[in-house]
Amino acid sequence: MEQQILVHRLPGGLVLLGEPMPWLRTVACTFMLPAGTCCEPEGKEGLAGAVMEMIERGCGDLDSRAYMEVLDALGVETGSAVMTTHSTFGAVMRSDVLPEALHLLGQALCDPTLPADQVEDVRQICMQELRGLEDEPSHRCFTELKRFRFSHPYGRIAQGTREGIESIQHVDIVDFHRRHFSPGGTVLAVAGNFEWKRLCDLVEELFGGWRGEAQSELSPVQVNYGSRHVDFASSQTHLALAYDCPAYGDAEYYPSRAVVGVLSDGMSSRLFTEVREKRGLVYSVLATCYSIRDRGSVLCYAGTTANRAEETLEVLLQTIDSIAQGVSPGELERLKFRIKSSMVFEQESSRARSRQIANDWCVLGRVPTQREVLAEIDRLTCESVREHFLRYRPRAFSLVSVGSEPLELPVGADHT
Amino acid sequence: MILRDPAALTASFGWFVATGARDESPEMAGVSHFLEHMVFKGTASRSADAINRELDHLGAHSNAYTSEDRTVFYASVIPECQRRVVDLLTDLMQPSLEAEQFDLERQVILEEIAMYEDQPPYGAFERANELFFGTHPLATRVLGTAETVSNMTVEQMRQYHRQRYTRDNMIFAASGMVDVDDLIEQIEGMVQDWPATAQVRPAPAPAFLAGRDVIERELTHQHYAVMVWPGLDWHHADRYALKLLCSVLADHGSSRMFWALIDNGLAESVSLYPQYFGDCGCITGFLCCAPEDAPLVEDTFYQVLQGLAEKPIEHRELNLAKNRIESHLVMSDEYPSNRMFMLGNAWLERGEYLSLEAELQRLAAVQLDDIQRMAALLTKEPLVRVEVVEAQEAGGESGG
Repeated sequence: MEQQILVHRLPGGLVLLGEPMPWLRTVACTFMLPAGTCCEPEGKEGLAGAVMEMIERGCGDLDSRAYMEVLDALGVETGSAVMTTHSTFGAVMRSDVLPEALHLLGQALCDPTLPADQVEDVRQICMQELRGLEDEPSHRCFTELKRFRFSHPYGRIAQGTREGIESIQHVDIVDFHRRHFSPGGTVLAVAGNFEWKRLCDLVEELFGGWRGEAQSELSPVQVNYGSRHVDFASSQTHLALAYDCPAYGDAEYYPSRAVVGVLSDGMSSRLFTEVREKRGLVYSVLATCYSIRDRGSVLCYAGTTANRAEETLEVLLQTIDSIAQGVSPGELERLKFRIKSSMVFEQESSRARSRQIANDWCVLGRVPTQREVLAEIDRLTCESVREHFLRYRPRAFSLVSVGSEPLELPVGADHT
Repeated sequence: MILRDPAALTASFGWFVATGARDESPEMAGVSHFLEHMVFKGTASRSADAINRELDHLGAHSNAYTSEDRTVFYASVIPECQRRVVDLLTDLMQPSLEAEQFDLERQVILEEIAMYEDQPPYGAFERANELFFGTHPLATRVLGTAETVSNMTVEQMRQYHRQRYTRDNMIFAASGMVDVDDLIEQIEGMVQDWPATAQVRPAPAPAFLAGRDVIERELTHQHYAVMVWPGLDWHHADRYALKLLCSVLADHGSSRMFWALIDNGLAESVSLYPQYFGDCGCITGFLCCAPEDAPLVEDTFYQVLQGLAEKPIEHRELNLAKNRIESHLVMSDEYPSNRMFMLGNAWLERGEYLSLEAELQRLAAVQLDDIQRMAALLTKEPLVRVEVVEAQEAGGESGG
C-alpha cells in the first residue's frame, strides 16, 4: 500500500499529521512542542522536564491519581521526552481507545491543574533523575559532551542542574507552560490504525479553541572544540567524541548519513570491525548523527579499560579518517539494504512512525515519504560519498572522557 | 515452532538453546555467554568477517543473549531473505571455535565485564543471586568473572559446546511472514549431523539461603538495594496471580509503591518482578533513592508489602493491573519478533505455547483470592538483601 502522509492545519496553529497504517491494531500519537531546554529561563535549568512531569498531575476534573487510573483502565502507555528545542508528549494504545485517550492527553497538555502543593515532589523527582545520571558514566559522557560542545543555551541537558532544579517555583512552571505549551509551532502526529476524517473532526473538537503563539527567539548554535575530562572512579574510560557534519534537512545530509552508516551501522561496519573485532578494545563502540537546528554533529562513543583508552581514541580517529580512502561497493550496498529493510520494520511500529513524522515536520516543515528517502539513498555512489567526506573531512573534534585517567585529543585535532 | 502470520511485513527466526550459566561448573563460569560471542566468530564455511557482512547484507535486525538457563540467537528480516538468514543462523550453531579468535574475543568479554561494573547497581543483582542460591548452579554469574574468563581454554569451550548444542537441547522458533514448508525442509536438512543428545542438566534441589551484603563504591550519588524472596516455578498455576500482584504493588502506573514512593519523588525507581527457572523461582525487588532517604524509603517499601495483610488488594486495583498487562501484551504481540520470543521461550520453559487469547483468558480468570494467596510470599522479610553504599573515607577504613 502506498504510504500516505496527511496534513490538517487548525486555526490556532496546531498542525495535525496522519500516517494511516491500517494493518496494525495500535495507534500512536506524538505531540511535539517548541518547549525544549533552550526555552528555559536563565538559572532554571531542568524546568522543561519539571513542567512535563507536572502536566500529568491532574487536569480538568481529575486529580493525578484519577488521571493515571483512567490511563490504566484504557491501557494507554504514555511517555515524554525533553530535547533541546522541542519536547514530546505521546502515547501508544489499541486503536479503539484513541478518542478517550486523545481527550485526556489534550486536557493534560492544554488544561493541566499544575497543583502548587506538588511542586516539591516534582523537584525531588527531577533531582532523582539528575543523581541517577551522575552514577551512569556511559550516559554521563554524552551529557557532558553536550554541555562542553554546544554554545549556551544549546548545551543544556534535559536533567538540568542542581541549582536550577532547586530554584524552580510554582510560578515558573505556570509561566513556562503558558509561554511554550501553545498550538503555534506544535505538531500532533498520529500513526497507526485510525480513520482520518474522524480524527480531524475529533482534533477540531478537542483543540479547535486552543490559541497561542510559540514564544522563543533562538540564537545561532555555535560549537566548541577540544577536550574535557570528568574524573570518575570507574573500571572503564568512557569517551564521547563529536565532529561537524551537515544537519538533518541539509541537502548534503544523506551522504553524511551514509558515512556514519559505513562507520557504525551493523556488525560489518568499520568501527565495529577495527575497534572491537580486530583489536578487542571495547564491548561497545558507535557513531550516530545528531542535529540541533542547522548544526549537525557526528557523535561517537567507546568504552574501554583505562590503559587502552589512548589506543582506542587513536583507532577511532584513524577509522573515521579512513573514509577518505573511499567506500567499497560492498559497504555501500549493505548500507542501502539495511536502510531499506529498516523502513519495512518501521512500518510495523506505529510509535516509531508517529515520532518520525513529528520530528520531520518540526525540522523540515514537511514529511518526506519513504519513497523519497529511498530515492536519496539510491542516488548515493561510492564516489559521491567519498567526495562528500573529503569536502567535510573532520579536522576539529570535541572530546569528553569520563574515568580515572584524563584523555587528550592529539595535537591539531582540537581546533579548526 | 512456527507461528505464521500471512499479514506480517517481516519474519523473525531464532535458535533457543537450553544452556546457560546454570550449566557451568564454577571454574567455567561465563562459558555459555563467551560461547554466544564465539558463535559469530567463524564456522566451517564462513569467516567471522563473512558472517558480519552477511548479516548486514540481509538487512537483519539480529542479536543474541545469554541468561541463567538459555542462550538465544535471533534475526528479523524481510520475507525474501528467509532462506539465507535461516542458513546463516543454523550454520552459526556449529562454530569452528578457533584459538586465535578465542583469545581476541576474551578481551571483548573482559571489557563487557568492566562495563557492567560501572553501571548501577554495580553487580548487586548478581551478588543477590549468589547469596540466594548458594552452592546451587543458579548462583553462577552469567558473564562469569574476570578470573574465570581469563583462565578459560578454548578446548574447555569446545567440549561444552559438544555437550550442550545438541538436537534435543535446541528449539528453532519462527514467526511472521514465514514460508513454512521451505523452512521445515531447510532445517531438517541442516541439523541431521548435529550431536543428538545433551549432557543432562544437573538439577540439585535449591536450598534458598538467607544472606546480607553491602557493596562499597568509591562514589555513588544514589543508594541501591536488591531483595530476593522465594517464588514459583515455571509450571505453577499461580504464575498469573503473582504477575498481577507485582503489578498492583510496583508497576509504573497506578500501583501502591508508585503512590508511596515514586509520585512524591522519594525514590528514583522501585520494581518487583518474578523470575522463573525450571524447577524453582524467585521474586526480585529493587529500589534506588537518595542515600539520605534510604532508611525512610526502605521502611515505606516494607510497610507496603506488610500492608497486604491488613489492606487486602481490592477489585479496582486488580482490574487496573489486568488492563495494564492485557493492553501491553496485545500491543507487543503486534511485532513478529516479540511473537517469536514468546513462542521460543514458552516452549523452552514449559513445553507448551499459549495463543495470545489463551494468555489473556488466564490473566482475566485470576480472582482476588488467588492474588491474596500470593501476597503471603511477600509479607515475609526477603531472604536476601544487598545494598550499594558509598565507601567511607580511606582514612576511616585504615583506622577500622
